[in-house]
Amino acid sequence: MPLIKNNEFVDNAFRHIADEEALPDGAIVVSLKRWHAERDALMARNAPIALRLSSDQSPEAIGADVHHFAMIELEFPKFKDGRGYSWARLLRQRLNFKGEIRASGDVLRDQWLFMSRCGIDAFEVDPGTRIEDFRTALTEQTVFYQPASDRVATVLELRHKTHSSSQRASVAAE
Amino acid sequence: MYRYDEFDQKIVDERVEQFRGQVARRLTGELNEDQFKPLRLMNGLYLQLHAYMLRVAIPYGTLSSRQLRMLAHIARKYDKDYAHFTTRQNLQYNWPKLADIPDILADLATVEMHAIQTSGNCIRNVTSDHFAGASADEVDDPRVWSEIIRQWSTFHPEFSFLPRKFKIAVTAAPKDRAAIKVHDIGIVIRRDASGTLAFDVYVGGGQGRTPFVAHLIGEGIQAGDLLAYLEATMRVYNQYGRRDNLYKARIKILVHQIGPEEMRKQVAAEFVEVKAQGALALPQAEIDRIQAYFAAPAFETLRDDALLAQQKAQNKAFAAWHDINVSPHKMPGYAIVTISLKPIGGVPGDASADQMDLVADLAETLSFDEIRVSHEQNLVLAHVKQSDLLVLWQKLDAAGLATANYGLITDIIACPGLDYCDLANARSINVAQAVSKRFADLDRQRNIGELKLKISGCINACGHHHVGHIGVLGVDKKGVEFYQITLGGSGDETASIGDIIGPAFAENEVADAVESLVDLYLNLRQPGERFLDTYRRTGIQPFREKLYAAH
Repeated sequence: MPLIKNNEFVDNAFRHIADEEALPDGAIVVSLKRWHAERDALMARNAPIALRLSSDQSPEAIGADVHHFAMIELEFPKFKDGRGYSWARLLRQRLNFKGEIRASGDVLRDQWLFMSRCGIDAFEVDPGTRIEDFRTALTEQTVFYQPASDRVATVLELRHKTHSSSQRASVAAE
Repeated sequence: MYRYDEFDQKIVDERVEQFRGQVARRLTGELNEDQFKPLRLMNGLYLQLHAYMLRVAIPYGTLSSRQLRMLAHIARKYDKDYAHFTTRQNLQYNWPKLADIPDILADLATVEMHAIQTSGNCIRNVTSDHFAGASADEVDDPRVWSEIIRQWSTFHPEFSFLPRKFKIAVTAAPKDRAAIKVHDIGIVIRRDASGTLAFDVYVGGGQGRTPFVAHLIGEGIQAGDLLAYLEATMRVYNQYGRRDNLYKARIKILVHQIGPEEMRKQVAAEFVEVKAQGALALPQAEIDRIQAYFAAPAFETLRDDALLAQQKAQNKAFAAWHDINVSPHKMPGYAIVTISLKPIGGVPGDASADQMDLVADLAETLSFDEIRVSHEQNLVLAHVKQSDLLVLWQKLDAAGLATANYGLITDIIACPGLDYCDLANARSINVAQAVSKRFADLDRQRNIGELKLKISGCINACGHHHVGHIGVLGVDKKGVEFYQITLGGSGDETASIGDIIGPAFAENEVADAVESLVDLYLNLRQPGERFLDTYRRTGIQPFREKLYAAH
């Protein structure tokens, strides 16, 4: 699947590893089950490791381990399954995760902005997706009521001039 | 009432353009109906039996005259000269064309209105007490808090794909006119011993297939923490609400399955975390800003009107309307007027474009430019001088809007049913019309007294039948419409879910059955008892025996 990050198509550095598959060299993505089962072996590897969470797996269960991951992939099995939005916010705001959060699965164009606001900064997209459409979707709405993971100044802060910076902090730049 | 600032306006304007693009993609075929569906359902656009239906949000049921005129204009220009007010204090157009929807939304945006989140699995239009700001029993104007919640919930990035739709209602009076205990979240605003506002948060109420009365989950939440508490509740629901079964996905099922005590614990733990982040704390400056919009209008210092008694003595029809549709106002010399949208034999909640224009004019000249939509599908002029009541009544009467039946048996709530809705199993309007005609005699209605009759055309319960003193539910039996009757439901502060009385009735038997129940009540009642009181005293047995005796 094509991958978008920082408003551009980028190469996917991580290889998906099934639970039974032997560990190759290089950057890999493993499931939470495999992480729990082989944590020490995985940490001993000298290559970036990423974690894949299904939509019913809360990142809170990982706790401080979260900082071992270069990337966390949130799976969206159906576009209606919105748990990943909460997982992304927990990762960014509670667990203070600074790495890449990637959305994969059934994601609609009109969900990218919501995801971005929740802290997701990389998007697996359908083949044929145009980068202009992605950029447009992320700028169709520019004013927001809620504080979220993107730290954009909220309407409340703009009204009462309490936000330190009114510039949009780019999540993708993190 | 609230007015948009530049930020509110920009959010709505950007949404109009975004949706215009989505509709364009659908019309060119870039999106097929399956792909377009989730997009239109984020914006109140349904595909019904015969046409698209557009549901317009009326936040907490408050409209200005200008807004109501725009709703009338849209009905004329894009629809069939009428529209339907719903139990969610919204308005529905039944016949718009897809290609016109972006223009309709653009028209709405010019009067600070929209269709955002009137459908979809998100936080829907916040509803409230239709007597807000006018009733003596409230401790604060609940619309201030409804507006704060409206803003927080609009395009919430985390909670736009919940397990299921989510409805929040707010009241600030001990008498619950907003049915808060049958909402996903119901908020009761009260003052604590020191006079400070405190928010009791009820969670897990709802009607539909599995009706529940909400549990008190958050008690005495402070004003500045309200949004943090709501965010915590939503996050618990978004994480743990069921997604495997459409019919078990509402928060009421989660609360029922884990129990209110566990729900309290989980929300409390999340609340601590959200509060620690701090970003959702409500600054006093913002509370003050919104409160200023809801400051009381410039009431004159009046006494209760001396002429009224004389006017009533001279005009029996006016007197009846006054006794039934006019409620006491907190200010001497003023009154709250309910404009019934339930003419005898009519379609509950429908209003023509001309009627909407008239009500807008009357509100502008006689009620501080403000109209309310009630969840009981009526309109309310909340601040009318008593000395203006006679002329107001005359103008309403000339337009067919002076039906005297507020709270009586013909003030029926009914969903659109199978005449419009593709979810319905049976028609609702026909049953409402039959019962309405049967009880048309006003003296008889007044003798019966308060009786809330509510009709739904399917188990989704948009017609609130579960909380009707008498509820009627349309069901489909092998392709034939049948109607199941429930008794003893109530949506007020003593909320209860109605009991099913027995086997369903054919369409042409419903009015007879209702009449039979009402006659028994009249025989059984003790002085001062409403239908609901008698039912609660006697239980279902005598009603069941009476109803099925002949069978």
